[in-house]
Amino acid sequence: MNLGWAELVAGIALLALAIYAVTGGADFGAGIWDRLAAGPRKQDQRDVIEKAIAPIWETNHVWLIFVVVLLFSAFPNAFATIGIALYAPLSLVLLGIVLRGAGFVFRQYGHGSVADRQRWGRTFGGASVLTPFFLGTALAAISSGSIRVDAADRVRTSVSAWLGWFPVTVGVFVMTAFGFVAAVYLCIEANDKPELQDDFRRRALVSGLVLGALSFAVRFTAEFANPVFARRLFGWQGTALMLQTGVAAVALATLFAVFRRRYRIARGLAVLQVVTIVAGWGYAQYPYVIAPDLLLATTAAPVATLRLIALGVGVGAILLIPSLIWMFRVFKTP
Amino acid sequence: MDAFSDPALIARAQMALSLSFHIVFASVGIAMPVLMVIAEARWLRTGDKTDLDLAHRWAKGTAVLFAIGAVSGTVLSFELGLLFPGFMRLAGPIIGFPFSLEGFAFFIEAIFLGIYLYGWNRITPKQHLFSGIMVALSGLASAVFVTFVNAWMNAPRGFTFADGKLLNIDPLGAFQTPFAFHEIVHGSLAAYAATGLAVAGIHAWALLLGRAPHFHQRALSIALWVALPACLLQPLVGHLAGQRIAEHQPAKLAALEQLQHTQTRAPLTVGPFEIPGALSVMAFNDPDARVQGLDAFAPADRPPSLVRPAFLIMVSIGTLLALFAAGMAWRHFRRRPPWGDRRILWATVLMSPLGFVALQTGWIVTEVGRQPWVVYGVLRTADMATPSPGLGIRLGIFALIYLVLAATVVAVLRRHIRATFTPNLPEGRA
Repeated sequence: MNLGWAELVAGIALLALAIYAVTGGADFGAGIWDRLAAGPRKQDQRDVIEKAIAPIWETNHVWLIFVVVLLFSAFPNAFATIGIALYAPLSLVLLGIVLRGAGFVFRQYGHGSVADRQRWGRTFGGASVLTPFFLGTALAAISSGSIRVDAADRVRTSVSAWLGWFPVTVGVFVMTAFGFVAAVYLCIEANDKPELQDDFRRRALVSGLVLGALSFAVRFTAEFANPVFARRLFGWQGTALMLQTGVAAVALATLFAVFRRRYRIARGLAVLQVVTIVAGWGYAQYPYVIAPDLLLATTAAPVATLRLIALGVGVGAILLIPSLIWMFRVFKTP
Repeated sequence: MDAFSDPALIARAQMALSLSFHIVFASVGIAMPVLMVIAEARWLRTGDKTDLDLAHRWAKGTAVLFAIGAVSGTVLSFELGLLFPGFMRLAGPIIGFPFSLEGFAFFIEAIFLGIYLYGWNRITPKQHLFSGIMVALSGLASAVFVTFVNAWMNAPRGFTFADGKLLNIDPLGAFQTPFAFHEIVHGSLAAYAATGLAVAGIHAWALLLGRAPHFHQRALSIALWVALPACLLQPLVGHLAGQRIAEHQPAKLAALEQLQHTQTRAPLTVGPFEIPGALSVMAFNDPDARVQGLDAFAPADRPPSLVRPAFLIMVSIGTLLALFAAGMAWRHFRRRPPWGDRRILWATVLMSPLGFVALQTGWIVTEVGRQPWVVYGVLRTADMATPSPGLGIRLGIFALIYLVLAATVVAVLRRHIRATFTPNLPEGRA
């Protein structure tokens, strides 16, 4: 790996994506559980979900905007290509983002009739299910090798880039991963109600097992979609093997911790699990932004821009990190 | 080619729809925190519960509007690539830096707004006020950074243009665009004026109905203190903007005035009257200055004539509001409160939507007036639009969704405001 400014900014973007997955992603996951709320404690489940995400979802959501901004500042050609090739799934993602946020806030502040609130609640839940799915298909399309760019920057692709077996499997995987992380977090949020906590514990265990099964499905479908990418992600040697064993070990440990009701430990492990998965994806993508035509090095913005962005992120972090810590301390300490 | 088969036009329509929707919520996000902070600071100083109630009530309304602003802002960040990938491919490395800074400002705004809205009982009153101040400051900061981008599109700097590419990119040099100062000040003042007036109108209406006078008098007073100084300053900044446009975007000036022929002693048309030389004076401080007319530009380089009515509406409203503000200032110095006269309350109610009308028409002046360029004089909008299919359907879907959201926001706010029309306001968490 030849580490330059392009790699640095790409690394920052990848880190931001990982943070988005364990924060904003988990908010979508919570929305999924809102949609799937069931049993005698249906309303309690929804209440704890609302209370958990209300103060923080807008902040968590900014990570996604941040990734987008980094992408178009530092890798403008990749951003343009994605905008052209993936206009359909990304438009659906946008639709989902708008309806999720609107549904949530209208249900919360609506002062409307019960039917009104229920309608917006369903909108919130439904959009929470669909958005991660389409986000996953879009991410998979980037790795699928079926978005081609010629020397004149003309983009060629087909619907199967994001609607084939591989992207759809990844879509379900991302959706499940968000749901899994959310369920683990919600076990802590429901701390004062053992039965409610058990509801989320069951959900965490089930979605965790499903996630494990899905990872094999992703592996299988990836082989057909883009063998080069699949080998880098699932190969039996070197870094790939290390990452796989790492994810597997952490995943098992997370499930064990949930099973033993050690929820704070489980939360830390779930975060580590998702971050490792995102890191693995980033590693398998390298040295491409969009395989096989757009290399990180050749699509990067001029060094003057990359340097300035890295500097801006560094300075911004000085303000951002203490603010984030304060926010989570205010809302997430018992 | 009809309008529905021209992809560039549909892409522009969707961008215009998304922006005009978002800008309302973005402006509220800039100005409402100022109102809340003033109310809360008064409460901390005087201990008057009315001020605390007010901060609570305003915060609750702001929570809904901010959430819609956050999601509609996300739409915009994606749409840059979904609608104008060509533009982002070329300009991304220049405008990316101010956008990154805007991202940080938005982060801070979201964090402290969350703390402000949900932290009433979790932090000390001073920490709470501090959070509100952070929201107000970071809201303004995001406006500053994002307006930098727009200023750059209108008066680009920091690169050389050759072979259809932007070369020798200097992202810091891009900050030296001569449009930055007036666009930032004009846009921020517009946010304070429009939001302040809208809020003032609501509370003036409550006073006309005779509901909870103490509460609504306090609210009206704070809202007017935010709105009216901005209304007074706005024409001055607008004049500065006009002079910058005259210097850097002569085609826009010609379109705004619909000046057909290049001439010295160019007249200013005000309704049926023509004031000889006035346009030359307004634009260049010299009655003999030469002002370029539309005939100086190829038809393909002229902005759409739609900008003329938009410009007239904006200027008329700006003038009216400045006069209103001046009148209110005069009353203030004679120690007459606005609620002493029902005519003043009626005037406030009638003027309350005008700020947002001026804000929207002002954006039409800036953005439509920049056409046919996306980056003035460098990149044409039509060349930058996406080649992907299905644009019309997407536009239709988003238009429908925005319509539903707008209707719901209005309904939710109506119920929220109705609740304040009862004299007994509940205490507690927002």
